[in-house]
Amino acid sequence: MSEKGPENQPVETSEPTEPTEPTEPTEETKAASDADRVPEASRWHLAMREITTGNALVAVLSVLLAMFFGSLMILFTDEDVRYGLSYFFARPSDTFYYAWEAISGAYVSLWRGAVFNDLGGTFTQQIKPITETLKFAAPLTLAGLGIGLTFRAGLFNIGGRGQMLLGGAAAAFVAVKLDLPMIVHLPLAILVGALVAALWGGIPGILKALTGAHEVIVTIMLNYVGYYLVFYALTRKSLLQAPGSGNPKSAPMPESAILPDLLGPKFNLHAGFLLAVLATFLVWWILNRSSLGYRFRAVGENPSAARAAGINVGVAYTSAFLISGALVGLAGVNQVLGSVTDGATSGLDAGIGFDAITVALLGRSRPFGILAAGILFGAFKSGGFFMQASEGIPVDIVLVIQSLIVLFLAAPPLVKAIFRLPTKEA
Amino acid sequence: MRLALRDITKRFGSLVANDHISLTVEPGEIHCLLGENGAGKSTLMNVLYGLYQADEGDILIDDEPQHFKGPGDAMAAGIGMVHQHFMLIPVFTVAENVMLGHETTGFAGSLDLDAARRRVREISDRFGFQVDPDALVEDLPVGVQQRVEIIKALSRDAEVLVFDEPTAVLTPQETDELMAIMRQLKESGTGIVFITHKLREVREVADRITVIRRGTVVGEASPEASNAELAALMVGRPVELKVHKDPAQPGERALVVSDLTVADETGHVHIDGISFHIDAGEILAVAGVQGNGQTELTEAMVGLAPHVEGSIKLDGREIVGRSVRKALEAGIGFIPEDRQIEGLVSNFTIAENLMLNRSYDKPFVSRGSLNLKKLDTFAKEKLAEYDVRAPGVSTLAGQLSGGNQQKVVVARELSRDLRLLVAAQPTRGVDVGSIEFIHKQIVAARDSGVPVLVVSSELDEISALADRIMVLYRGRVVGIVPADTSRDTLGLMMAGESPEGSES
Repeated sequence: MSEKGPENQPVETSEPTEPTEPTEPTEETKAASDADRVPEASRWHLAMREITTGNALVAVLSVLLAMFFGSLMILFTDEDVRYGLSYFFARPSDTFYYAWEAISGAYVSLWRGAVFNDLGGTFTQQIKPITETLKFAAPLTLAGLGIGLTFRAGLFNIGGRGQMLLGGAAAAFVAVKLDLPMIVHLPLAILVGALVAALWGGIPGILKALTGAHEVIVTIMLNYVGYYLVFYALTRKSLLQAPGSGNPKSAPMPESAILPDLLGPKFNLHAGFLLAVLATFLVWWILNRSSLGYRFRAVGENPSAARAAGINVGVAYTSAFLISGALVGLAGVNQVLGSVTDGATSGLDAGIGFDAITVALLGRSRPFGILAAGILFGAFKSGGFFMQASEGIPVDIVLVIQSLIVLFLAAPPLVKAIFRLPTKEA
Repeated sequence: MRLALRDITKRFGSLVANDHISLTVEPGEIHCLLGENGAGKSTLMNVLYGLYQADEGDILIDDEPQHFKGPGDAMAAGIGMVHQHFMLIPVFTVAENVMLGHETTGFAGSLDLDAARRRVREISDRFGFQVDPDALVEDLPVGVQQRVEIIKALSRDAEVLVFDEPTAVLTPQETDELMAIMRQLKESGTGIVFITHKLREVREVADRITVIRRGTVVGEASPEASNAELAALMVGRPVELKVHKDPAQPGERALVVSDLTVADETGHVHIDGISFHIDAGEILAVAGVQGNGQTELTEAMVGLAPHVEGSIKLDGREIVGRSVRKALEAGIGFIPEDRQIEGLVSNFTIAENLMLNRSYDKPFVSRGSLNLKKLDTFAKEKLAEYDVRAPGVSTLAGQLSGGNQQKVVVARELSRDLRLLVAAQPTRGVDVGSIEFIHKQIVAARDSGVPVLVVSSELDEISALADRIMVLYRGRVVGIVPADTSRDTLGLMMAGESPEGSES
């Protein structure tokens, strides 16, 4: 069905406005265009725009829905609930009791693991979960910002894994091979990591600009190339492999190149989170206040109009990918120099490159939305481990919830139908 | 079959697209629905066709209330629609298209194509359509494709046919043929609803005229009413239909195009070695049926076309081979033919759209960051100057009516120092009031000494604006003729016949 209703999508930058004269909600305004000149991609483009920069309410409701279905899954996998169901008609209250126990137990432990643990003996123990959440949020936010930026420019960056690996490995290389005072060493390692990831991330941009190669395919394939490149480096003493070891792993990071702790040694939270917050402001500035970001958005919303107005679409694509690569690379740097400092491995991306796509989607490709989504996902991660440890609920349930969020985000009409939100006239 | 709409009201949120609209269509009558773009004509027809549900009011067929859940119900009730954009599958034959949606099948689901062929032939013969049921739709001229649409509707025993802006894609001759077909259908007892904003066509065929403005019926007019009366009803105030312009004061030779050839990616040549020139302070209007190279010509002028040979010299400087940005910086203003695709970013605000072609440098960008204050002031000025009806500069362009969107594009392009204005279909899908305004702006640009290239598929617009007229046919210049050349001559030229006494 073609969307013919009036465009009432809430959009961040402007309050909902009323057209002064009846804008007839039909294709009449599009007038008699030669149908064959409409770019083929427009339909795909519309769908992508809807999914990547959709409605804030839909994002929130998607999370709620996903948690609801997650609860159902907790119920059906819970031993006690199933036991209660076996004599449900004799004493239904048992089943409800067990069900309440299972679900409240799950979410309470999720909360304790992610935000505030009231069972902790000391204040430090009590607030440790929230710092863990922020620690996990940092790389998700950084990579999410990178991917969200490409969404805004109308591009899909599925190459987060490769970009993280390259960025992390480059930072590790600078960290272990050079011996410098911290004030130089750490910034240099961060910069080199970001730069290498930017160049790596720029490849699909350049290929798209020059040859029209589709960035989805290129970025997916570059993930493998990046992985084996890093793996190769990790097996060569001259490159990254730790001296005197046969494992594909680098030496531990030297003290001078490690991101400092933010709240002292009792907490794992390190300066990577600061980096993520700074990056959020930076990306906000780029997108909303810089001419470069203006062009990204113009190209993302309507490449034909941008081209006809003299904007070099290829350059915009390439620069969006360069910046995106740098941001995603910083997530890798954050892992190597902050979260897991005992040496870089070929698994340093820890799946964050893909989770970041979800984060960017949930944050509707808006910088502060991505920060919020990053923190939420960080909470899932931190709380998920705690939930498994204390309640025996498999951590995979968190993955299921995350996946469901994406599923609902990708189907806004479904969410709107479930909550009976007004949709556009079909 | 007598069709009546009674007090139809359709709202979209707080927007009332149709406000208690009533009209009746008798059998054997052509009822014209006249109104500007955005007046609510198409919404009303979509209600009639079951695509929208009315919030209030009834649809009556022979005094029986109907409840259409979708187009299928409407078709079953005997209502047929000939859409502005044809709903045909190009790679199917005529017969396959006609049977689509109500295929008759034989043994084990095999298609009964013969029955469809017979049906096409029968209807085609009855009205003299001359349509071959086995021809592929994509090979047919636009006018014939439209007849296939009509056959499709008639094959489902439609007794009321709705034509939604049917002449937009036709040559003047094809339009005349369509008028004849409509009269024929009318004589056979079919009721016709003819939606249009073209006054001449209305007066030619209408039995009754209902004028809609801003969602309400503002009056019925007789077909004898003058153009000026009809236009005034449509717009709500007297309208100057003829652009007032003084004779051109051509200055120096500003634009010289020689041996221009434009091909697309597949090597298909759209513009085939044409040469012309435009003087400063002169409007050259390009006439032609859509798809004869006009689009490619305008694209080549601003560097958008990929494969261009020959030369385009503006003030002695070569344009061919330069990037779009360089071409625009050389002083070319470009009003693209489809504002939705190339003119505007509909999810951008009006202000953001006004700086689309100036995102690299002053006045709106300094050292890489946007000067939002300056942009805001500028946008407010332009909003007032160009009479864009919008709540404010932060309104999204996509929420504006067609006419106001086009004014935003025109405002953007004319607010720079221009050395050449290229305007492709500058008033397509724009209401009469805005047409008047945009035409005045284009003439004003000419009077300030800018050479103007106007491309239009509307002969009225060509005659209104042109100082000279160039007719394109299959990528070649048929002739360049004076502005007062008769419609008939232009029509023949658009079909490829060279006139006598033209310079070329």
